[in-house]
Amino acid sequence: MGQWPILSLTTFVPIVGAGFIFLLARGTPETVARNARYMALWTSLITFGLSLFIWFEFDRANPGFQFTEYAEWFPAWNINYRMGVDGISMMFVLLCTVLTPICVLASWESIRDRVKEYMISFLILETMMIGMFCALDFVVFYIFFEGVLIPMFVIIGVWGSGSRRIYAAFKFFLFTLLGSVLMLLALIAMYLQTRDTNIAILLATHFDRDMQIWLWLALFASFAVKIPMWPVHTWLPDAHVEAPTAGSVILAGVLLKMGGYGFLRFSIPILPEATAYFTPLVYTLSVVAIIYTSLVALAQEDMKKLIAYSSIAHMGFVTIGMFTLTTQGIHGSIFQMLSHGVVSAALFLAVGVVYDRLHSREIARYGGLWNNMPRYGIVFMIFMLGSVGLPGTSGFVGEFLSLVGAFQVNTWVAFLAATGLVLGAAYMLYLYRRVIFGRLTKDDLKGFHDLSLREMAVFAPLIALVFWMGIYPNSFIEVMDASVAQLIENYEAAIQSAADEAAGAAAVALR
Amino acid sequence: MTQMPDIAPALPEIFLALAGMALLMLGVFKGDRSTRLVAYLTVLSFVVAGFLLVSTVETPSRTFGGMFVADDFAVFMKILSLLGSALAVIMSLEFIEREQMARFEFPVLFLFATLGMMLMISAGSLLSLYLGLELQSLSLYVVAAFRRDTVRSSEAGLKYFVLGALSSGMLLYGASLIYGFTGTIDFVRLAETFAEGGQVGIGLIIGIVFIAAGLAFKVSAVPFHMWTPDVYEGAPTPVTAFFAVAPKVAAIALFLRVMVGPFGDLVLQWQQIVVVISILSMLLGAYAAINQTNIKRLMAYSSIGHMGYALIGLAAGTERGVSGVLIYMAIYLAMNVGTFACILSMRVNRRMVEGINDLAGLSKTNPLMALSLAVFMFSMAGIPPLAGFFGKLSVFLAAIDAQLYTLAIIGVLTSVVGAFYYIRIVKLMYFDDPVESFDRPIGRDMTLVLTGTGLFTAFFFLFPAPIMDAATRAAQSLLAG
Repeated sequence: MGQWPILSLTTFVPIVGAGFIFLLARGTPETVARNARYMALWTSLITFGLSLFIWFEFDRANPGFQFTEYAEWFPAWNINYRMGVDGISMMFVLLCTVLTPICVLASWESIRDRVKEYMISFLILETMMIGMFCALDFVVFYIFFEGVLIPMFVIIGVWGSGSRRIYAAFKFFLFTLLGSVLMLLALIAMYLQTRDTNIAILLATHFDRDMQIWLWLALFASFAVKIPMWPVHTWLPDAHVEAPTAGSVILAGVLLKMGGYGFLRFSIPILPEATAYFTPLVYTLSVVAIIYTSLVALAQEDMKKLIAYSSIAHMGFVTIGMFTLTTQGIHGSIFQMLSHGVVSAALFLAVGVVYDRLHSREIARYGGLWNNMPRYGIVFMIFMLGSVGLPGTSGFVGEFLSLVGAFQVNTWVAFLAATGLVLGAAYMLYLYRRVIFGRLTKDDLKGFHDLSLREMAVFAPLIALVFWMGIYPNSFIEVMDASVAQLIENYEAAIQSAADEAAGAAAVALR
Repeated sequence: MTQMPDIAPALPEIFLALAGMALLMLGVFKGDRSTRLVAYLTVLSFVVAGFLLVSTVETPSRTFGGMFVADDFAVFMKILSLLGSALAVIMSLEFIEREQMARFEFPVLFLFATLGMMLMISAGSLLSLYLGLELQSLSLYVVAAFRRDTVRSSEAGLKYFVLGALSSGMLLYGASLIYGFTGTIDFVRLAETFAEGGQVGIGLIIGIVFIAAGLAFKVSAVPFHMWTPDVYEGAPTPVTAFFAVAPKVAAIALFLRVMVGPFGDLVLQWQQIVVVISILSMLLGAYAAINQTNIKRLMAYSSIGHMGYALIGLAAGTERGVSGVLIYMAIYLAMNVGTFACILSMRVNRRMVEGINDLAGLSKTNPLMALSLAVFMFSMAGIPPLAGFFGKLSVFLAAIDAQLYTLAIIGVLTSVVGAFYYIRIVKLMYFDDPVESFDRPIGRDMTLVLTGTGLFTAFFFLFPAPIMDAATRAAQSLLAG
């Protein structure tokens, strides 16, 4: 397998497909739309097929980067094109490649206007997302990280549903850009010390403690907006509500994970001392996020907004788990990100199903759907319970491990975070009762037909994943285990050596 | 007995001067019907001058008693100027014919302005600096007022002239102070004087400040920017396109040459000035553009902002900074030429429109133009992987390297503010419904310019090395000499 640049192939096949759609889809509007849909579907399926090679060929015992690629880019500046995945990033690549064909299928009928451009945007978006998780050079990473903004901005603004879509698109764009430019400065500052943007070299470099604090804050500005953490989360509900269904799926499924991935890839391993210093801040913000956004979710009248707030709460578990720096905590946070990527994506799709029929997201407009849409009721229930964290579903494993990690470090944080589980169950069950159960009294709901074959095809892989991750999580844990162990080991070594140094300095001062 | 100076290094300029006079003769004899011919020949002479530039001159060399410098830096900047001018001439052709201002002087004035720019870029003393600058400025005053029967154009020309004369005066005054305190106007001798160290008198500092103010006027940096929006709006659009690109390149080149060259050892004296005008330009460029409704005014504020970013590199005063500015200017040129090609194609019912709202729904009526304009706008906002990002990256890199942290942080924050108005244009084109569709087709020349600059901006990231390496070499040559 060694000679094939499998990561670059996976990354760039979508954009090549987008190019084909751009050039080849011609004719009457109907044929253009049909061709664009099929071409996008095939492209994303081929990408998925390629990414399966990564899954099967991945050496689970190796903690380092695999499938590495290298090409000269700006040799004079030591900025080069490097790709590679380790146990932390590999599964995110698969998450992207799984979700994109599902998004294409989910938009099959609901997007009628400018289909060609829509599919092109999604494929470009896929390239950016995959590239971001594969990049092993900070500049390459940054380019993919920011490049996501352009297609997403267009998707929200052009195909968004609501009257506030433009506001939402601008807010999304400017919030994330503001965070990212600060990260750019941090990146430059690191580069000037190492004279290389190879992530492997950055990981091996020790930065001065004062400098670490500043760098950490700059990176935090970017990742905290992206993940998002309270109080910079406000772009997320707006963006989710206004985006088209598939846009919400990608936002919740992948874009939020970029922040978490950033913490794991950069903040924690490169800046360990600052991480230790800022851990209480992260805990506080996460706990506030969990409790506050759960309460806000309880009060929502809009289905997408409710799920958006629940996403913020779930990301709170992710950040807590990550910053415990325990094996269980980090396993839990990565697992929670993957699980949330599947579950919340599916929930947005489920909302999309009824939205396509009624064109309303208001909870009060629904009720009693169980009577004429039993299959939909079951699908919705599976994902609802996955989001609540019922044992046997993927959500349970992630939240449980994160909390186990938290209990080892700080009981109060774990206790407060655990209240989020209760609240989560409350708002999700409440949502479910109002939409699915009850009597079917509203006239405009009576004509609804149950899930079509296409819609079943959309949900089937996600249902399989939810149960697979819930019942046999080990096939995912074993992938990340080696890399996480190495991450923690390096972190502890760095903290230890910093402590030794400080003790040494103190001893010198005393003498 | 005086010896004949070596004219080889100045061959491109000499050729251009002769070509300009020949074209003038041609125009006089053949009348205004020959405008198109003269314009094509002008472009041809730019191309020939470019060839002479890269092929004949061995660098670095100084001639005419040190008044004229030819080095890698000059070659890089001159090529940019020539490119900008040539593209501006091509873009203006259709416009001047349509708007009944097709007189043969028009391309010739562009040519003389370009000649002035090349002399500025190669200036080796305060005197040749001033000569080049004035040759450029006088030509520009005339083209700004070229549409003498409209009030707006005449006003633009007059405003530009009065304020330009003021700034030239300041520059001259500064030059005279420097001559008075050091006894020389030659850049090399000045650099030697300052390298010896010793006391830097207050008079000398004032002289440098005056020179910096005069140059800041030429690059339209805050607080000497007032003329820019009015002149941009009032001048005929192809002239605005010209103003936005080539003279800015030349003026930035001059700024670099003067500050880094003779005053390089006084960096601590002028660094604060450049930092302040850079910050102010970025802030004004970002905030004042938000409420604009005329796209030419918007571009004026945008260019003020861009000059602020370019000056970050100068403020660093290092080799990295200089090469950052050069990369920034190369990319700025492509983005601006492309944007102005779009603006020049904004016509409804054979009439030019300049309102930003006229762009609404462009993605439906003219998808290709909308796509290219979107690429330019995202690029100006500095979103990777488009070219503009690499420009910003290289100047911020220089700023952090020189430990100008505040400058860098303000720079990135204003770039976010600036992104707002750039993406507002994208929003208009893609999210809103069309009002009136623009006339089509937009013309062959325009399509060519648009596609070329668009492809460059979009795919710069694939092959950045040639420009980056050339910029590094140019920066080395500037600092060495």
